Amino acid sequence: MAFVRKDLLGIRDLSSEEIQTILDTAESLREINLREIKKVPTLRGKTVVHLFYEPSTRTRTSFDVAAKRLSADTYSIATSTSSMVKGETFLDTIKNLEAMGPDVFVIRHSASGTPHRIAARTSASVINAGDGMHEHPSQALLDMLTIRQKRGRLEGLNVLIVGDIAHSRVARSNIWGLTKMGAHVTLCAPPTLLPAEAASLPVRVSHQLDTVLGAADVIMVLRLQKERQGQGLLPSLREYAVFYGLDRKKLEKARDDVLIMHPGPMNRGVEISPDVADGPHSVILDQVANGVAVRMALLYLLVHREVPPVRG
Amino acid sequence: MKQADLILQNARILDPERGLDTVGDVVIRHGILETVGSRAPSPEECPDLEVMDAGGKWVVPAWVDMHVHLREPGEEYKETIETGTAAAVAGGYGAVACMPNTRPVNDTAAVTDFIRRRARQEGYCRVYPVGAISKGLEGKELAEFGELRQAGAVAVSDDGRPVMDSLLMRRALEYAQAFDLVVISHAEDLHLAQGGLMNEGAVSTRLGLRGIPAASEAVMVARDLLLAELTGGTLHIAHVSTEASVRLIRDAKSRGVRVTCETAPHYFTLTDASLEGFDPVFKVNPPLRSQRDLEAVRQGLADGTIDVVATDHAPHSSLEKDTEFEYAANGMIGLESALPLVLQLIRDGIGGPLEILAKVTCNPARILGIPMGSLRAGTPAHLTLIDPEQEYVIDAGTFHSKARNCPFHGWPVKGRAILTIVDGVVRYPF
Repeated sequence: MAFVRKDLLGIRDLSSEEIQTILDTAESLREINLREIKKVPTLRGKTVVHLFYEPSTRTRTSFDVAAKRLSADTYSIATSTSSMVKGETFLDTIKNLEAMGPDVFVIRHSASGTPHRIAARTSASVINAGDGMHEHPSQALLDMLTIRQKRGRLEGLNVLIVGDIAHSRVARSNIWGLTKMGAHVTLCAPPTLLPAEAASLPVRVSHQLDTVLGAADVIMVLRLQKERQGQGLLPSLREYAVFYGLDRKKLEKARDDVLIMHPGPMNRGVEISPDVADGPHSVILDQVANGVAVRMALLYLLVHREVPPVRG
Repeated sequence: MKQADLILQNARILDPERGLDTVGDVVIRHGILETVGSRAPSPEECPDLEVMDAGGKWVVPAWVDMHVHLREPGEEYKETIETGTAAAVAGGYGAVACMPNTRPVNDTAAVTDFIRRRARQEGYCRVYPVGAISKGLEGKELAEFGELRQAGAVAVSDDGRPVMDSLLMRRALEYAQAFDLVVISHAEDLHLAQGGLMNEGAVSTRLGLRGIPAASEAVMVARDLLLAELTGGTLHIAHVSTEASVRLIRDAKSRGVRVTCETAPHYFTLTDASLEGFDPVFKVNPPLRSQRDLEAVRQGLADGTIDVVATDHAPHSSLEKDTEFEYAANGMIGLESALPLVLQLIRDGIGGPLEILAKVTCNPARILGIPMGSLRAGTPAHLTLIDPEQEYVIDAGTFHSKARNCPFHGWPVKGRAILTIVDGVVRYPF
């Protein structure tokens, strides 16, 4: 189908057809990454600005590799704080950058909704590379691409997301994406790490990992930030690992062909044991490889979007 | 300033304090209400009076807003006493009570004095300062209530911040009785609210914004009701936004606790669904709540549990509002958009004109103990002429407030103040 969006801000806004288009495009672009010369001229003369208000290694690198493989010129601006500290608003920053004529802003920000605020004020395309606890759409897309490659489909699969759902933008984007594509999603976490009114989401909720492991085709393990203990959400990381950490013993209850995923970076020994992370069920490095393909697809589709005819 | 000499003919006169709802004339001579309701003498008999045909429009007591932030002293770039009171009279208000979270904080007679003096010099309406409960709003030591009262403060509040220390709140409710001051509570448990940005619920979960549970308000409402009961003090709960708060206050009132409360137009008009676009204009504390809370607030207005509609007019500049949602300041302006939203309550059947108008006139005046909110003959004229049928679109660009953080910008509404008289002087139109 034709892609007409200017921005990619969240999975919740997308239709299943749009998700399908992105995944199909990513699949076809993946081949470029296997060539000896990994570069095509598709975005030659286009400018992509990476605006990262929050530290990131893999997502920023992945977007940068994707843009360069499509021959775009890329610029990275990393800043740990809001520009308010410098006395100007983030919109001043955007207006200044926009005057330089970029085609795409790739934005990560610790405050939910910031890419949306920027998208409304710029004529350039905006890709949300993760905003606060809201969405991380490219991560969900690469997760779906990985599952589709390994299982041939998304529809009807049981996907179990384990861990700190409350603070996870990866979980939110995956919940919207997977359910739109016909998968069944179960969340498993202690109640203190579940979002308010989790029942309002299109998911099943469990607090006991043992009882939901067996039905899962895919287990997505989320990173547990160590500060959650200090925030009073958990008595200890040790207890978390005992009840919610995925280790070889718990994995015995899972299906033989279960896929283990993790958006990274991992806290080995907390939410996932090293032998499971590196074990035969793990597709964690496939996720990383697919990340480049998905981000190439997003850049391609947004820059070459069909501009709808002006009415009237 | 010229005292009004005016006959308003054929007005629908609504005076909630006396339960008066009649069609007739209002005569103002030298700024004093001479007759209210009875037929005025013919213009020939009193050539010194200007005659205005009200054509059935409403003459009501000038509205009283018991909860505004005028930002002066200290944040004059957001609002001043001059611009804030200009906004007030344009919105139909004849008196405002301004909260003490200025810079410096209004915790001394000197600051109260300053506000009153500026209001006399530059204000368009009456300004009643609210003093701080605690010095510096720090929640540690009581401010000097007696001196604040002598200087003209009509209530005490740490508004913007809760008094987290229950013992201090107890002492405030006790000590305030010596000076006949009402204690206005900003009810919020900061531990439960814990840096939240919006109402906690399905919408906050979807948007990935930290939530403020409704219980963070209700827990403190419950505490303050118990302390009012313990001390016999007079308590007023500011900006009620949750179902549980309404329920607790209704119950306390039925047991005779001396409590009153207010809500604001945004809590009976908007819900947290407005935050879907991450626009900080909708960021306010307490936050916009769920549909269920909104309906409970409307029920509380209908059954009288909620005594007052105040605006919590909170001006901010683009520096505080045109930013990331998370870093944006809380607050909305309300003085120039409240009137049509309050009249909408009448059209929605929440109450008759007298019941609803009482919440913006005689009720807040009674709670603050100020001589406003009525249309008694022989008193200085404080009145508003309202065209209840005028339809227009709210345009914040035309506001007299310095601020533009109005969540109702662009809304089609019905009802407008067309004349505001304060202390016998026509203050609006300007």
